[in-house]
Amino acid sequence: MQIHQYDVVIVGAGGAGMRAALESSVRTRTAVISKLYPTRSHTGAAQGGMCAALANVEEDNWEWHTFDTVKGGDYLVDQDAAEVMAKEAIDAVLDLEKMGLPFNRTPEGRIDQRRFGGHTRNHGEAAVRRSCYAADRTGHMILQTLYQQCVKNEVEFFNEFYVLDLLVDHDLAAGEVAEGDEVAVAGVVAYELATGEIHVFRAKSVVLATGGAGRIYKTTSNAHTLTGDGMALAYRRGIPLEDMEFFQFHPTGLAGLGILLSEAARGEGAILRNSEGERFMERYAPTIKDLAPRDIVARSMANEVREGRGAGPNKDYVLLDLTHLEPAHIDAKLPDITEFARTYLGIEPYTEPVPVYPTAHYAMGGVPTNIEGEVLRNESDVIRGLYAAGEVACVSVHGSNRLGTNSLLDINVFGKRAGISAARYAVDAPWVDLPEAPAALVQAELEEIRTRPDGERVGDLRQALQETMDANAQVFRTEESLHQAMDDLRSLRKRFAAVSVQDKSRAFNTDLLEAVELGFLLDIAETVVVGALNRRESRGGHFREDYPTRDDEGYMRHTMTYRRPLSTPVAGAGGDVDGSFSGSTELDGYRVVLGSKPVTMTRYQPMERKY
Amino acid sequence: MTATLEKTAPGPGSAESGLGAVPSFQVTLRVQRYLPTDAGDLPAGQDVGAPTPGEYRWDEFTLTMHGTDRVLDALHKVKWEHDGSLTFRRSCAHGVCGSDAMRINGRNRLACKTLLKDLDLSKPVVVEPIKGLPVLKDLVVDMEPFFASYREIMPFLVTTGTEPTKERLQSAKERERFDDTTKCILCAACTTSCPVFWTDGQYFGPAAIVNAHRFIFDSRDEGAAQRLEILNDKEGVWRCRTTFNCTEACPRGIEVTKAIQEVKRAMITRTF
Repeated sequence: MQIHQYDVVIVGAGGAGMRAALESSVRTRTAVISKLYPTRSHTGAAQGGMCAALANVEEDNWEWHTFDTVKGGDYLVDQDAAEVMAKEAIDAVLDLEKMGLPFNRTPEGRIDQRRFGGHTRNHGEAAVRRSCYAADRTGHMILQTLYQQCVKNEVEFFNEFYVLDLLVDHDLAAGEVAEGDEVAVAGVVAYELATGEIHVFRAKSVVLATGGAGRIYKTTSNAHTLTGDGMALAYRRGIPLEDMEFFQFHPTGLAGLGILLSEAARGEGAILRNSEGERFMERYAPTIKDLAPRDIVARSMANEVREGRGAGPNKDYVLLDLTHLEPAHIDAKLPDITEFARTYLGIEPYTEPVPVYPTAHYAMGGVPTNIEGEVLRNESDVIRGLYAAGEVACVSVHGSNRLGTNSLLDINVFGKRAGISAARYAVDAPWVDLPEAPAALVQAELEEIRTRPDGERVGDLRQALQETMDANAQVFRTEESLHQAMDDLRSLRKRFAAVSVQDKSRAFNTDLLEAVELGFLLDIAETVVVGALNRRESRGGHFREDYPTRDDEGYMRHTMTYRRPLSTPVAGAGGDVDGSFSGSTELDGYRVVLGSKPVTMTRYQPMERKY
Repeated sequence: MTATLEKTAPGPGSAESGLGAVPSFQVTLRVQRYLPTDAGDLPAGQDVGAPTPGEYRWDEFTLTMHGTDRVLDALHKVKWEHDGSLTFRRSCAHGVCGSDAMRINGRNRLACKTLLKDLDLSKPVVVEPIKGLPVLKDLVVDMEPFFASYREIMPFLVTTGTEPTKERLQSAKERERFDDTTKCILCAACTTSCPVFWTDGQYFGPAAIVNAHRFIFDSRDEGAAQRLEILNDKEGVWRCRTTFNCTEACPRGIEVTKAIQEVKRAMITRTF
C-alpha cells in the first residue's frame, strides 16, 4: 500500500474533472485520479454543441437561455444555478476558444451557432441558434482541448487508478451526525489497475467528477465504463443522492444499438417520421416540432411504436430522415454521426432514413451540490472539502430533463467553479486525520471477490440488472413495473453477495473491476427505482402512466435518497421531510430513506409546459 | 481449426432487412494471451487455465454472433460468458474514445468499429495487441511511451501578447486547413502500424506528428517554429518512409501520411 498526500484530489478526468484541474492545479498541489486515460473519457462522445447566448448569428441573451433551461427541466431546476450557468456560458465558450478549441466559424470568422432542442428566442417563440459547435464532435474537441491544456500546465495524473472508497470523518451511512458537528473529507482509496496495488490519497479537498451511470440500462449511449462510481461512493457513505429518478432517454439512438446520433441532426433540419412517413412531432409539439426537448420527443417516439406506427420488420423503431438535406451540408455539419449509421447499420443517410429509438443517455440526478460545487449532506449542510461537478453532480441545472448542449456547458461552468472552490478551501483548511487502516475495508472486499472459488458471474448479473431496468424503469413507468424492478434488484443484490471472478491475478484484473462496477450499478439502480416509485406524478424525464400529469402541490421538490442503518427511525433523514417524501425501503442490511429539498425559484413561476 | 459459417448475414443494408431478423453465425476468435510474471500469486488451486506467466500463447473461442456484432462484442462474449480473465481495454464502444485499438487479422483497427460480418469468417479471426509497445497483459499494452511522444510536440495552442476579450477570429477556410488532424483520438493505431516505429521505438511516430500538424496549421497558433524544431530531430519527421500504413490504419479516416508530408514541407519552406 502506498500513501500520497495532495491538497486537492480530483476523481475523474473527463470534461468536468480536467476543467477543475486546470483551476486547482495553478492554485495548489493537485492530483487527478482517473480510471481511464483522460482522452478516453465519455465527454469525447458528446456531439452537438455547447449553448451560450453569444448572439453571434442572431439576437439572443442569457436570460432566454435561463428560461429555456428552467422550462426544459419542467420547473424542477434550481433557478439560481441555471442563471449562473447561462450567464457564465459565454465566458466558458470564449475560454475554450482561447485554449484553442476549433469551433466552426461564421463567414465573419466568429464562432458559429446552430439550433438545438428546447433552445428558443424570447421565451419559446421559435428555435434560436445558440449552440456553439465543432462539426458533430464538439465533445471530442472539448476533451482534447482540456487535455492539451493539462499537458501544458503539467497537471499530475494517476491514470487507470480506480477510486473505491471515499474517506470521510463521519460515516453517515452508519448514523446521523450530532447537531452542530461538522463533517469533513479526508481523502480517497484507489486501486492501481496495472498492479493491483492499493493507494491511499490523503487530501484536504476531493472533487468528484466521475460522470454518469448509463450502464444501469441495457440500451444506452453511455460507455461501458459509466457505472455511477462517484455517485455510489458518496451514497455508500450516507451522502444523499438527489433526483435519481430523472434519467434522460435520448430520442435518437441507433435502433438496437443505442449509439447516439446527435440532436444536431434535427438542428440541421432532419425530421422524425413513423412507418407511414408522417412527421409525427407536429402532433406532439406543434411550435418547435422535432426540436422539442428530449423527454417529449423520446416519449412521442415510444408512443408511435406502441400505437403500431413503428417502422421495420418488428415495427419497433422510427426513422430519422436526412434525405432532403444536401450531402455536402451533411458532410460539413454531421460527418461522424452519418458515418455511425453507415458503419453500424449499413445505412446511407444521404438516401435512406436511419432507424432510431430512445437510448438511456444522461442522469439528471446525482450528488447534491450548491452553486460553488460543495457537496450537501442534507438540505443545507455541506461536507467540508468535498465537491462534485458534471454528470455525477446535481446542482440542479437540469431539473427533471436536461436540454441538449447543457451538459457540455455544465461541465465547463461547474467544473471550473468546483476546481476554484476546492483549491481555495484546501489552501487554508486543516488536514483531517485519516481513519485507522483506511484501506482495510476495500482490501477485504476486493480479496473476497478475487479469491471466491466459484459463484455468480458478473456478466449474468449485469445483464439481468440492465434488462429489468429497460423493461420496468425506462421511458414509461408504473407502480407495478417499478415494484417488479425493485423485486429484481433485491434478488440481484442477494446473488451479488456470491459474485466471483475468473481472473485471479493482480495485474490488470478488469474482471475484478467489472465486479466492483456492478456493485456500484446495483446501488444506483436502487436509488432510481426508489425515487421513481415515490414520485407519483409525471415530470420531465420521469413519466408515470398511472400518474400522467405534473403535481406541483405534492412533488415540486427535489428527491433526496439516503442510505441509513436499519435502526434509523422511519420518519426521515434529517432533511425537511414533507408528506410526499417520507418513505423508507428496507434492504439487506440497510434502509433507503427518502427526504426532499426545496426547489430554488427566482424569476419563473411554474407554467404548463407546451412547445 | 476451421470454423464454418452456418448462415451468412445479409447485412442490414436497408431499414427493412437485418435489424428485426437478427441472423446469427459462428465465429472463431484466435486471441493472443499473455500474463506478466509479476501478476501476483494466484489463490491456491485456482490457477487452472490461466496462461503461464511470462509466456505468450494462443486461445481459440468459437462463438455464435449476430448481424451487427463487432469484434468487441465477440471479445465481450468471451469475457462475460467463457473466460473472465481475457483482458483488453474498451470504453465508448463506438469508435470515439480510442481505447480498443488492436491488430485484427494483421491490421490495426478499433475492435468496436470492426464488424464481424465484414471479415473473412471462414478462418479464425486473429486478434493480437498492437505492435511496438510493451505488452502488459493479453491485449493491453503500455501506452506511456506513446503519450510521452505526444506530450513532447507541444500539443497545445501557443500564443503571445494580450488575449482578446472575445474570440480570436478565424476564417472558415483557415479552420478547414487543419480540420483533418483535429479528428485524432490518440488510439495509437497509426503509430503502432509504422515499420519505422517497430524497429525504433524512439521515433515520434505518426500520431505525435498528426497532433503537431493540428497546431502548426492553425492560424491562431504561434508555436509552429518550435514544434518544427522538435520534429527536425533525428527521431523526428524525417524518419518517415511514406509507407502509408498509418493512413490505412487510422480509424478516423485521417490522411496521416499526407499530414506528415505537409509537416516535412513546412520544415523546408518554413511556410505554414
